[in-house]
Amino acid sequence: MVKVTFKVQNLDFWYGTFKALENITIDISANKVTAFIGPSGCGKSTFLRCLNRMNDLIEETRIEGKIFLDGEDIYSGEVNVADLRRRVGMIFQHPNPFPMSVYENVAYGPRIHGIKDKKRLDEIVEKSLDKAALWKEVKDKLHTPALSLSGGQQQRLCIARVLAVNPEVILMDEPCSAIDPTSTQKIEDLIDELKQSYTIIIVTHNMMQAARVSDFTAFLLAENTNGPAKLIEYDSTEVIFTNPKDKRTENYITGRFG
Amino acid sequence: MIFLFVGFKGFPIFQKVDLLEFLFGTNWIPSKGKFEIFPFIVGSFLVTLGALLIGTPLALATAIFLAEIAPLKAKKIIRPAVELLAGIPSVIYGFFGIVILVPIVSKIFGGSGFSLATGWIVLAIMILPTITTISEDAISSVPKGFKMSSMALGATHWQTIWKIILPAASQGIITAIILGLGRAVGETMAVLMVLGNSPVIPTSLKDGVSTLTSIIALDMSYASGDHQVALFSMGLVLLLISMLLVAFVRFFSLRKRA
Repeated sequence: MVKVTFKVQNLDFWYGTFKALENITIDISANKVTAFIGPSGCGKSTFLRCLNRMNDLIEETRIEGKIFLDGEDIYSGEVNVADLRRRVGMIFQHPNPFPMSVYENVAYGPRIHGIKDKKRLDEIVEKSLDKAALWKEVKDKLHTPALSLSGGQQQRLCIARVLAVNPEVILMDEPCSAIDPTSTQKIEDLIDELKQSYTIIIVTHNMMQAARVSDFTAFLLAENTNGPAKLIEYDSTEVIFTNPKDKRTENYITGRFG
Repeated sequence: MIFLFVGFKGFPIFQKVDLLEFLFGTNWIPSKGKFEIFPFIVGSFLVTLGALLIGTPLALATAIFLAEIAPLKAKKIIRPAVELLAGIPSVIYGFFGIVILVPIVSKIFGGSGFSLATGWIVLAIMILPTITTISEDAISSVPKGFKMSSMALGATHWQTIWKIILPAASQGIITAIILGLGRAVGETMAVLMVLGNSPVIPTSLKDGVSTLTSIIALDMSYASGDHQVALFSMGLVLLLISMLLVAFVRFFSLRKRA
């Protein structure tokens, strides 16, 4: 049996009075890549941000329903949100390294979690960069500003930065939409590598990418404009792309809308 | 232009008084032709430094609170209040100093209350809005992605503010402090009203002080001959000091960046 990392039950989500997500129930398997597809603005990223409570930072949002990470309700009062976010790392759409050196970017996470020993930090930085397939390219310029790297390198640096805090899950919010095809290729290869050790949840509106990298695919759709998004279909990526059960999924996959 | 004018009007004093004596002597007795301004230079310096030391942390705390912590409603009240402080004429600050602070300082430190300590507090309040508003702008304009990725790595809000947001906003904050410094060095009316204006180097917080500006403003109305020329050259010194301060701070902030 496949281990379930995230168990989401009857999730509703509001921005103020606008209901963005309705009744989402989904189990996300460990050490697999799960892709969320759907038209732009349908709430895929909102859903992703529920999983590491980044929506808490947006004023006037409200959530109902339950989300369990390894059996633990992440919205219960006892959860340490900072620790949750360490366990559930996040890669954003635009690469956003901090305005510091490559080394400092990767060491930032371990430092805020209390690791001070220089040697230990050096190890973590090297290991993380190596896992993010960036070590060879930057090992001679660890102390140059991270912002001098190319866009694709910056995104891999952001991945290294997340790996450095030793997460269990990595959320990726359209990680390739702002970078070139060659770098996209590198990141997709990397996702394939990383799923050995991490559970990966990726939001993308590039269906080919979802088909290439993911094991499972979930299709979200808001049927009425200004209405909430619902989970239309969720299955193995193969089924979704070759033999979808729902007409709406089929229409979307075949490019009839969205 | 201003430089030339002040220089031209003030230069002739050096035909009567030795430059070093003018700058570093401590006897200011215009009636006997003694023009030595060291007490005022020290006074200006002490008053400005103290005001900055008190005002900057307060102003930065306010800026951080406004930009990062305060809920929308609190912002709507506090921000206009701070901006209002900037619009109050300095004579009014002087009144406030005389009526409220002078008695308090007199009670705490002894003496008349017209003193260095009172000047510090009044000036600190006066530079508060300048430093607060400009720092707040700098803090607010730090890209949200920095904050988001720091929080997503499991940093607390405070860690994010200290380690990411403030360093990223440091250029703007330094500019804010320089402008606050400029205001403090140049401020005349309020300090004149609360400082006590004794032409000696203060030895304690309760002593009266004079600054370059306060003496120029006080004496200009009646001074004639050499006395007037001496006041102009004090103006020149004041101008040079403020420029040096600005250059000094710039130099340091640039070096820190490199």
